Amino acid sequence: MAGNRGRGRAAYTFNIEAVGFSRGDKLPDVVLKPPPLFPDTDYKPVPLKTGESEEYILALKQELRETVKRMPYFMETPEEKQDIERYSKRYMKVYKEEWIPDWRRLPREMMPRKKCKKGSKPTKMKDTDKGTSLTNTADVLKKIEELEKKGDGEKSDEENEETEGSKEKNKEDEDDEDDAAEQEEYDEEEQEEENDYINSYFDNGDDFGVDSDDNMDEATY
Amino acid sequence: MTQAEIKLCSLLLQEHFGEIVEKIGVHLIRTGCQPLRVIAHDTETSLDQVKKALCVLIQHNLVIYQVHKRGVVEYEAQCSRMLRMLRYPRYIYTAKTLYNDTGELIVEELLLNGKMTMSAVVKKVADRLTETMEDGKTMDYTEVSNTFVRLADTHFVQRCPIVSATETAEPTPPPPAPTLVINEKDMYLVPKLSLIGKGKRRRSSDEDAAGEPKAKRAKHIESKEPIPDDGIYWQANLDRFHQHFRDQAIVSAVANRMDQTSSEIVRTMLRMSEITTPSCAPFTHPLSSNEIFRSLPVGYNVSKQVLDQYLTLLADDPLEFVGKSGDSGGGMYVINLHKALASLATATLESVVQERFGSRCARIFRLVLQKKHLEQKQVEDFAMIPAKEAKDMLYKMLSENFISLQEIPKTPDHAPSRTFYLYTVTVLSAARMLLHRCYKSIANLIERRQFETKENKRLLDKSQRIEAIIASMQATGAEETQLQEIEEMITAPERQQLETLKRNVNKLDASEIQVDETIFLLESYIESTMKRL
Repeated sequence: MAGNRGRGRAAYTFNIEAVGFSRGDKLPDVVLKPPPLFPDTDYKPVPLKTGESEEYILALKQELRETVKRMPYFMETPEEKQDIERYSKRYMKVYKEEWIPDWRRLPREMMPRKKCKKGSKPTKMKDTDKGTSLTNTADVLKKIEELEKKGDGEKSDEENEETEGSKEKNKEDEDDEDDAAEQEEYDEEEQEEENDYINSYFDNGDDFGVDSDDNMDEATY
Repeated sequence: MTQAEIKLCSLLLQEHFGEIVEKIGVHLIRTGCQPLRVIAHDTETSLDQVKKALCVLIQHNLVIYQVHKRGVVEYEAQCSRMLRMLRYPRYIYTAKTLYNDTGELIVEELLLNGKMTMSAVVKKVADRLTETMEDGKTMDYTEVSNTFVRLADTHFVQRCPIVSATETAEPTPPPPAPTLVINEKDMYLVPKLSLIGKGKRRRSSDEDAAGEPKAKRAKHIESKEPIPDDGIYWQANLDRFHQHFRDQAIVSAVANRMDQTSSEIVRTMLRMSEITTPSCAPFTHPLSSNEIFRSLPVGYNVSKQVLDQYLTLLADDPLEFVGKSGDSGGGMYVINLHKALASLATATLESVVQERFGSRCARIFRLVLQKKHLEQKQVEDFAMIPAKEAKDMLYKMLSENFISLQEIPKTPDHAPSRTFYLYTVTVLSAARMLLHRCYKSIANLIERRQFETKENKRLLDKSQRIEAIIASMQATGAEETQLQEIEEMITAPERQQLETLKRNVNKLDASEIQVDETIFLLESYIESTMKRL
């Protein structure tokens, strides 16, 4: 299979004419950059169709584009506040109808749960909900502490898994009851220390943190 | 789903429903079936917003849900349905040509809202029609209902699946999601409603700031009345519209190839098989020449003999749109739907090659199409084009994937000198390639249009504000000179700029509509071919 390589002239294994050029032809230069982004085309595109129906469909399309923006299905991202209040904004506000889907046709988890107002005294219901979710993690933490004390490695793993499994299942059951607002509050609670002190009661005083140590020469006593 | 399709879906969702829904929709297309929590976590949006977005998408039939084991509900996006949003103007225009303004508005409302009850549609359409009528006249509900019934009878609108009524005998908790079922027979069954009423005209005084509380009040009153057809929702039947477009394409192809009379005959045959033949069948039901003669439109004075001659001519045509399947009843004729779609797709490919590479390339392309497989030497000979140019053109088309190479080795070691290289055109793969390019082009067109609009946003805002000011001044009564002063706030070069912008946007929009027509042809062909495999 090595053939005559090195001896005499190189021979191609196929008919070179078939490729399109013969031996000794000047080949085009090697291209060292990617092809242009908008190459010139030899043939320009055919003009668009015009006619009554085409114009009507065009008008329909543009109207539809405007109409969908006013529909209640169009969810707008909240815009940043503009610096100057424009006079004409008053006349360009679009009042959108509220759309309520047919809940019977949707999965149960789609229904938004009633949000409790933030800062209000927690009702009993909320208390039990939060209580169960808090006690869940508190339970797990307590159990981990207990098991660490026991020093029983294998058993703790099993129990951990069980509690994890039950926690997951619990969480799934509570999925329907949990709600975005509740989750936020839950996170807040998590971050606070688990003690009896209510954060707002403690007043640090106005001077706390205001006086920074500009000159580190003096030592603080 | 290809990247091009995903990009196009993303642009369409953004235009129709906003950024949040777009993010959720694109995430679902990319990842497949997902439960609610995973979507919220992966897209980093709040649960509340994800729920709202999913409600919107489900309402518009763009996302479906399924209950899996352990009670987890998973959501799946329907990418092909999302691409149909491009075609909404065409559907609405078709309804207008068939059922006038009433039909147009009914279909428009159904498309904009996804699904609606019949009473809601009738009420809304009557109100809208009353707005456009002269003072004092109102639109009656019965006329709108009649049009609705006609649309249902011809299958242009269909019922959505209904919530299956489960017996609550056992004290099990209700399922996490309802199962939706629909009986074939009930799909076009219109409930017996007696909708009596007239459209209400909205008075112009309602349009100012007091509009908002009034809308709320009106809704409150509405919700107290019981809706007679509660739970029965209707949606637009897009397949039926596609069938109509396909029929239109076939009829116009026949008209272009032969003459008006033959196209009328084909149109009659298609109309007769509209409801009897399912849309994906390769042939229509055989129709006898006598039946066709009886069903021809009344104004046509074509004698039986002439009709027979036309049918024979159509059946002998090499394009094979019409085929003869028997001799009873004066000759049984069918329309070869699959062959017709294949011819249309092939014609599209040929036209694209011609416009992109020139007529000589098109000659080579048609040659290879006709002869199925050709060697390079044979191409040069048959096409009567010099060797160098023929080679150049073949390679150009090969690099763009219109033509493919088939290797036939003579020896088991596939040595190039002892292998036949044959050029061939596989219509299916070329059609797929072209379809992909069409998706990319529409995405580019939409992007460019959005770019143009954003570039001139300041100018557009200014002109809108001035229009709003003029409108409010006219309402409060103002002098002509004041109005003129305000109009002059837009300078002449700015007007010029606005004109240019408008022209460009129109051109881009019209291009989108035309590319969509090509997409429809190619998609129908590919679908029809895949069903036969």
